[in-house]
Amino acid sequence: MEALFGKTLDELTQVAIELGLPKFTGKQLAEWLYQKDIRLIDEMTNLSKKNRDLLSQHYKFGLVEPTRVQESIDGTKKYLFPTLQNKFIETAMIPDDDRKTVCVSSQVGCKMGCLFCMTAKQGFQGQLSAGEIVNQIRSISERNEVTNIVYMGMGEPFDNLEQVLKSLEILTSEWGFAMSPRRITVSTIGIIPGMLTFLNNSEAHLAVSLHTPFDDERKRLMPVQVAYPIAEVVKEIKSWDFGRQRRVSFEYIVFKGLNDSPKHVTELARLLNGIKCRINLIRFHPIPGTPLEGTDEQTLQLFKDKLNDKGILTTVRASRGQDIYAACGLLSTKELLGKGNSVQFG
Amino acid sequence: MPKAEEYRNSSITLKEVIITGNEEVSPGVHLISWKREQNFIPGQVVKITIDQSVAPRIYSVCSGNSEAEIRVLFNVKEDGILTPRLSGVIPGMKIWASNPYGSFKDYGNPAWWIATGTGIAPFYSMFRSGISENKTLIHGARYLNQFYFEDELEWALGDKYIRCCSQEQSCNVFPGRVTDYLNEQKSLPTDINYYLCGKALMVVEVRDLLISKGVPYENILAEIYF
Repeated sequence: MEALFGKTLDELTQVAIELGLPKFTGKQLAEWLYQKDIRLIDEMTNLSKKNRDLLSQHYKFGLVEPTRVQESIDGTKKYLFPTLQNKFIETAMIPDDDRKTVCVSSQVGCKMGCLFCMTAKQGFQGQLSAGEIVNQIRSISERNEVTNIVYMGMGEPFDNLEQVLKSLEILTSEWGFAMSPRRITVSTIGIIPGMLTFLNNSEAHLAVSLHTPFDDERKRLMPVQVAYPIAEVVKEIKSWDFGRQRRVSFEYIVFKGLNDSPKHVTELARLLNGIKCRINLIRFHPIPGTPLEGTDEQTLQLFKDKLNDKGILTTVRASRGQDIYAACGLLSTKELLGKGNSVQFG
Repeated sequence: MPKAEEYRNSSITLKEVIITGNEEVSPGVHLISWKREQNFIPGQVVKITIDQSVAPRIYSVCSGNSEAEIRVLFNVKEDGILTPRLSGVIPGMKIWASNPYGSFKDYGNPAWWIATGTGIAPFYSMFRSGISENKTLIHGARYLNQFYFEDELEWALGDKYIRCCSQEQSCNVFPGRVTDYLNEQKSLPTDINYYLCGKALMVVEVRDLLISKGVPYENILAEIYF
């Protein structure tokens, strides 16, 4: 049965019209779905019993509970959600002083094949619907305390652009969660057409996984570089007016002896020259069989200082939830892929 | 401000091309062609779509760089929007295509080319462009009829052309997946380049396997179907 949760106001209005309900029922549905803490159609008490029954005959509410929750010693939580396709996704909730940031997944697995990422090792199993993306915020126990949302979980958001944009509409519309887009960041490895469509259609912040400014190195780390070189990504960003409040940031995992040298500082400064941005340096969280190593703390701090000296605002992101594999690049549900669902590649 | 549909990189702008051929090379796998109007580097990709209301998809060029036509090899996805329609094109019809772009190119060093399914396309383009010296081509498929261009490749490459079939058996074909074949090798050359093309999971598993057998990750270049 189709879910109401995950539909936009226009879609909910259409549902109402098709069922012969007043047009304004669409707005009422949106309020119940996205602004009140209920989980059943029967709890929509400003609709008549007859209309609730009619809705229930055709639709389900559509929320999905997490099936497992793990908590880190630092307070980070990792939620496991089943998906419509009988697969699983993970969501991280990261508390920090008065902030609670939710890191949502946009796909089951990922097609991008980055060398340093655990999600890549499970391949791609499917797209999430807008409802499944927003459910990751709505169905966690901190749902009423969430201050920030980052699309940095499993998957590449711009490889599931339509549903990601729809989820952003639900999160930021007055009829939806009414969150400020300035509290939402969508992260990409640089799929240019998707990135431009996002910039056109959303006010949320943009983060780009950069990891090295050099073409040859990036190709080895991130196969996407072959199709969408980082120089082209940056060229597009440079031509974009981000205004005063919208931010663009670049994510940079620092690998020992690979991308932590003075020449990388120089090239980053050259590449990003003219963009008002921030670089977030990220400690590498090793994954099984990786040939890569994280850089040492001293080099990391020096690298940060050198970038700041070049005029690029650079910070080191705190590692959170590493003990429960919730930290950056560690999300994976590969072990939960049933044998019957295993992927054939020839 | 720019819009996605106005994406200005001219090499990725789509333009109308006229179909010159459409051959079903294996059940559900088509090779379509149109006139080549620009030079390209073997290994590059094109974006194509049937009309501008359908989002374009990226495919590797599957023809030589001095041939008169650009060719593209694709699987028909039954529930897809683009490929069922694309499979029905006939000569004279128009589709939308970009110029070739991308940088998945062979640098001329000794190399192993590893592909599954239609991932053979960039390597076939390299082969048809005269690049095959010092190359070993390993192609994985589920069924024997999915070894596209095998007669030509076997003739030219001999024992440097290795077919791995996971669901059927035949003489001169390794029984199993590409990863099984690689696993069975006592050692792999570690001073050559490895080029991978296929689905994400194949690329990631093969890359991990190569690394576990001592191949430096710097020697591995991958093209993934996005």
